[in-house]
Amino acid sequence: MATQHSITIKAGGSEKDYWKDLWLNKQLLWILSKRDLSVRYKQTLLGVAWSVLRPLMTMTVMVFVYSYVAKIKADPGIPYPLMVLGGLTIWTFFANTFTQISNSILINHNLVSKVYFPRLLMPLSSVAVGFVDFLITFGIYLLVTAFFQTPISWQIIFLPCFILLTFITSMGFGLFFAVLNVRFRDIGQLIPFMVQVGMYVCPVAYPSSLVKGTWYEKYYNLNPLVGIIDGFRWCLLGSKSYFNPQSLYSTVITSSIILVISLIYFRKKENTFVDHI
Amino acid sequence: MSVIVAENISKKYIIDHQRKNGSSGLRDIVSDTVDKWFRKQEKNGFAEKEEFWALQDVNFSIDKGDRIGIVGHNGAGKSTLLKIMSRITEPTTGQIKIDGRIASLLEVGTGFHPELTGRENIFLNGAILGMSKAEIRESFDAIVDFAGVEKFLDTPVKRYSSGMYVRLGFAIAAHLNPEILIVDEVLAVGDTEFQKKCLGKMRDVSESGRTLLFVSHNLTAIQALCNKSFYFEKGRLIDQGDTTHIVTNYLSKVSHKSLEKHWDNIDSAPGNDQVRVKSFKLFPEYQDELNHIDVRTPINFQFEFWNMVEGASLNLSMHLYTFTGECIFNVGTQAESFSKGLVSGTCEIPGNFLNDGSYVVSMMIVKDTSTVLYNMEEALVFDIEDYRENVTWYGKWPGYIRPQLNFSIRQSEHVVND
Repeated sequence: MATQHSITIKAGGSEKDYWKDLWLNKQLLWILSKRDLSVRYKQTLLGVAWSVLRPLMTMTVMVFVYSYVAKIKADPGIPYPLMVLGGLTIWTFFANTFTQISNSILINHNLVSKVYFPRLLMPLSSVAVGFVDFLITFGIYLLVTAFFQTPISWQIIFLPCFILLTFITSMGFGLFFAVLNVRFRDIGQLIPFMVQVGMYVCPVAYPSSLVKGTWYEKYYNLNPLVGIIDGFRWCLLGSKSYFNPQSLYSTVITSSIILVISLIYFRKKENTFVDHI
Repeated sequence: MSVIVAENISKKYIIDHQRKNGSSGLRDIVSDTVDKWFRKQEKNGFAEKEEFWALQDVNFSIDKGDRIGIVGHNGAGKSTLLKIMSRITEPTTGQIKIDGRIASLLEVGTGFHPELTGRENIFLNGAILGMSKAEIRESFDAIVDFAGVEKFLDTPVKRYSSGMYVRLGFAIAAHLNPEILIVDEVLAVGDTEFQKKCLGKMRDVSESGRTLLFVSHNLTAIQALCNKSFYFEKGRLIDQGDTTHIVTNYLSKVSHKSLEKHWDNIDSAPGNDQVRVKSFKLFPEYQDELNHIDVRTPINFQFEFWNMVEGASLNLSMHLYTFTGECIFNVGTQAESFSKGLVSGTCEIPGNFLNDGSYVVSMMIVKDTSTVLYNMEEALVFDIEDYRENVTWYGKWPGYIRPQLNFSIRQSEHVVND
């Protein structure tokens, strides 16, 4: 609660120094993130191994079901497991951060009701766990790439852009649901369901080249995750992996608009969290 | 110079009588909206909702270095005010201007994570309360020392005893260095020795010229620490000023005591066909002009009843209970034979005998020293306030009774050095 030296408290009048306040509290952001990370695998037998095991197991199951049972093919020249793991890496990053952001206010309710700091710190800090998991999964991906002896393409230099886009998208959706979640606990029920359905709607287990040329392609591309997942795979697997630039424009536009709206909504509601929590 | 100026602060809550589980679900909103849509004519569609003003038109200003005690009943709005000042919730109307670095302690150990060790929690909690890493590191040893948890620094706090947990929490907060400190009833926890330490620390804060706002039900602590006080009732700031004046005013208003009961009509009086109660009264011998009962005050009880059986052998038996129901003592009179008519009994509890607290008295009329004819339960209720002289300790005095016994110390031997 490091606050500046003079403040005025009034209804609806969240101070103009909000962003400065947020910056002043960066240490708290760091500490909250560290807390989430260090608490993550306390009192588990396998500990951090879970971060490795989970994506590996998911990949194995998906490869078996989609590739051997459903006989879905990856784009020509790309091993199916790599395509799935690529998609899974970025999708899991999105799904985890989105879920954690949506729950961040509720999980920290004891802080909300007892101490002031810019509430945006809570969703921001909750991203840490998802990001570390992402790095681990990405490491696994690189190992699997080595196993399939697939060269890394030069497009990898664009990777940070797509990670940033994922972050923006999950913030955009997450903040909105975080606010709703405070008022309506229904959201807590809805989120796992959305994540589950989202995995089928997004091109995680199949290449979006399957959608190419269909009448619903343009609607399909409205989903900001389509551009992100295809783009992420394009960065890693090169131009052999299907990537429609059109979907990227839609990602950038949709995600930015959603983030701005969610931020405004969040700022408007954050001072009343304590009354509803 | 005023460091805090509050103008017309009000805070409204909507109480929803309809909901039984607290939070209202999406379903309720949807069905309410649908209801409203279809029954536009029905004006009372939302009648279950009630406005509740937790604070109304509160105005005050606090000067630098003031130590303000805030008193009032539960639900008077004290905590709401602190929440608004700590920026945890917004006022519905009005504004507060605050000049200076402010820290609030509404709970001990805010944000402690049970899985983290004591050491990790010191940094976590410190950061949450607004200390920088450098500041925490600087006072780390002092915090550990104050809390007395050296041996358990690397143990998860979920394994701590509740006392250790509270001590660690307060120790961190005590090493904050704000210009304005807001403290809410944190002394209700912890053992006596620790409470003493806490109060000592708060005294240091207040004596170093910083501004303190302190909510507590411990009036002794407020009187010791605060130079001015605010008195809240039903969301309004009804009185402010010198602490002694406010505390006296508060005491005279809040006591939920019932010091007297009497019935003039024998037919409607409580009892049965053998005895009926006429009156039960309590006469304190007030020790000062404040007219409230404190630990020094002798208390006289007078009980009168109608005996309706000629030659009955009766005696009285009086029980004194704490407010929580533990019996402190039971005293009885000798049995005597009475003819029809009024019988009265008196009893005196000397001063300097009971500890401060709330007490409940019941009176029994017993026949032949064995049969209870009538038991008047919870007949009288009274409060005893704290009073201390020449004591610099303000924690809750332990025990049910506080007798003055012949207890003295003296030097029994002189050791002559070399």
